[in-house]
Amino acid sequence: MNYLELILESFGTLTLNKTRTGLAILGIVIGIGSVIALMSLGEGSQQAIQSQIQSLGSNLLTVQPGSQRQGFVMGAQGGNTTLTFDDAKAISISQSITTVKNVSPELSRRTQITTGENNTNTQVIGATPSYMEVHKITINNGSFITQQDVDGMTNVAVVGPQVATDLFGDGANPIGQNIRINKKSFTVIGITVSKGGSGFMNQDDMIYVPLTTAQKQLFGVNYLSSIALEAKSAQVMTQTQDDVGYLLLARHNLKDPTLADFSIMSQQDILNSASSITGTFTALLSGIAAISLLVGGIGIMNIMLVTVTERTREIGLRKALGAKRKTIINQFLIESIILTFSGGAIGIILGITTSIIISSLIKINFVILPGSVLLAFIVSAGIGILFGWYPAHKAANMQPIEALRYE
Amino acid sequence: MKSTKTIIQAKHLVKIYKIDALETAALSDVSFTITQGEFVAIMGPSGSGKSTLMHILGCLDQPTFGEYILDGKSVEKLTDDELADIRNQKIGFVFQAYNLLPRTTALQNVMLPGRYANIPKLKRLETAKKFLKMVGLSDRMFHTSNQLSGGQQQRVAIARALSLNPAILLADEPTGNIASVQAEEIMEIFKKLNKSGHTIVMITHELDIAQNAKRIIHLKDGKILDDKLNGKK
Repeated sequence: MNYLELILESFGTLTLNKTRTGLAILGIVIGIGSVIALMSLGEGSQQAIQSQIQSLGSNLLTVQPGSQRQGFVMGAQGGNTTLTFDDAKAISISQSITTVKNVSPELSRRTQITTGENNTNTQVIGATPSYMEVHKITINNGSFITQQDVDGMTNVAVVGPQVATDLFGDGANPIGQNIRINKKSFTVIGITVSKGGSGFMNQDDMIYVPLTTAQKQLFGVNYLSSIALEAKSAQVMTQTQDDVGYLLLARHNLKDPTLADFSIMSQQDILNSASSITGTFTALLSGIAAISLLVGGIGIMNIMLVTVTERTREIGLRKALGAKRKTIINQFLIESIILTFSGGAIGIILGITTSIIISSLIKINFVILPGSVLLAFIVSAGIGILFGWYPAHKAANMQPIEALRYE
Repeated sequence: MKSTKTIIQAKHLVKIYKIDALETAALSDVSFTITQGEFVAIMGPSGSGKSTLMHILGCLDQPTFGEYILDGKSVEKLTDDELADIRNQKIGFVFQAYNLLPRTTALQNVMLPGRYANIPKLKRLETAKKFLKMVGLSDRMFHTSNQLSGGQQQRVAIARALSLNPAILLADEPTGNIASVQAEEIMEIFKKLNKSGHTIVMITHELDIAQNAKRIIHLKDGKILDDKLNGKK
């Protein structure tokens, strides 16, 4: 049997019944495409979460007030009002702490921002100039909050690109415009560079005002919601954590470290707790991918079983005309390979395209793992070929008259 | 009859069908011989075992007991692939339902057996054209089977059966699905083939069709009722 002729004839046979061929290919396309799209989107979102946590700053330590304690009743973590601007100053001027590069005292609250026409609800952060260094913020246009702004308690604001778009529309220049935060008027002096990302701790959807202005004019408080510290290197993180801890314990007149009214978290701590979340997430996605692989596989199995079983009479006829078992099996094997490979190729393209479209819609990076493409392809192609071969093998083993009479 | 070469030798053929525990004998002890150049009609009512006999003669099925010698070779104990070769080389089978490949041209249908005999494509094409011309379908070679009438499809099937120059042409109710005018055309082709030396065995339940043959075998309940030369001829 000439294989080239067999392959050419298989193409011919497949084009004869376009509906049947189309359905078989569609089954394989959906099977492979959906698995690839799901795996790619899952990996993309996982990487997005990790990179957002990393983009919060490097070598970052965050001091947060502890829970409020009234007798034995514990309040929420971070709800206390024990951190002050003076604590932050003490950390930066302390002789005993040598490993801290920048100190950023912060007060953040969600509130309503309005212009004449639009309004939005977002995170307002009272910040000092060092915020930029600690959180790796860069200014796209205009300037960030200066020491003069903090000292003079000026009504200026720096907005994130998302806020600028929400308030002034796409592409508008917000510099010099007036916005109202908590009914007080502020002048926009700068816009930050987009860091990308969405939802969880989106740094594009924030608005920065001088710390003093936020404390006195906006919210009427004198405490901080957190102090962010940038350590000089990753190696000195633990030492910094200890040094700052002892300094604050002393300042707050606490002798027992277990009674501390604050906590110091490193970025690694945040990453660790986040990775336990993303671990669950990964398990969930693997489960979904496994199920879709199974469902896709069953779909492929069904369509191959039906289309080949339907041709039992044709197999009987070919045998009656003198076709050998091997010739028939080769023919159906080649047809199955053509179907699964062309369906697989279309499925891979479709899966990747779907993933690119969806990841751009939900603003995550498009990630494709060659391993997942390979796995989806091998499993689907394997099932397609197996269940194309099996009914053909069964029919080829029948007496020709049995196959001819098959209903 | 000039030639005396034996083409078919059936010795005590028995075929028993087993459905669950019930055994039915479709053929019980059928013996006969057919020599080269004969035109035999096998007649009988439905259930007489004539189709079963035809399938055994065509190597599409195996007898339960008995021996079948085709062109000097016993087909008993042949492997599946050896039987495929015999069907391919020695037998031309014409079915009642034509059994052409759907959506395939007349030419491709006639070329199919040659492909299984590993005959080069050009040679197959040439032979197929020759036989389609012989059955009067030169102008329909590129029509697909669903574009042809019943009679035309059966003529394609005859061309296909002849394409490898078989020792014997077997026809299972070749006119069963065809209007009578076209049935006569088919019979004319058979008579012409027989005249040019082809051995033909045909099943039919219609007496006027059977009258075209030189010899008529009557089957009933799986046994040969009588076997005689056609008096009309």
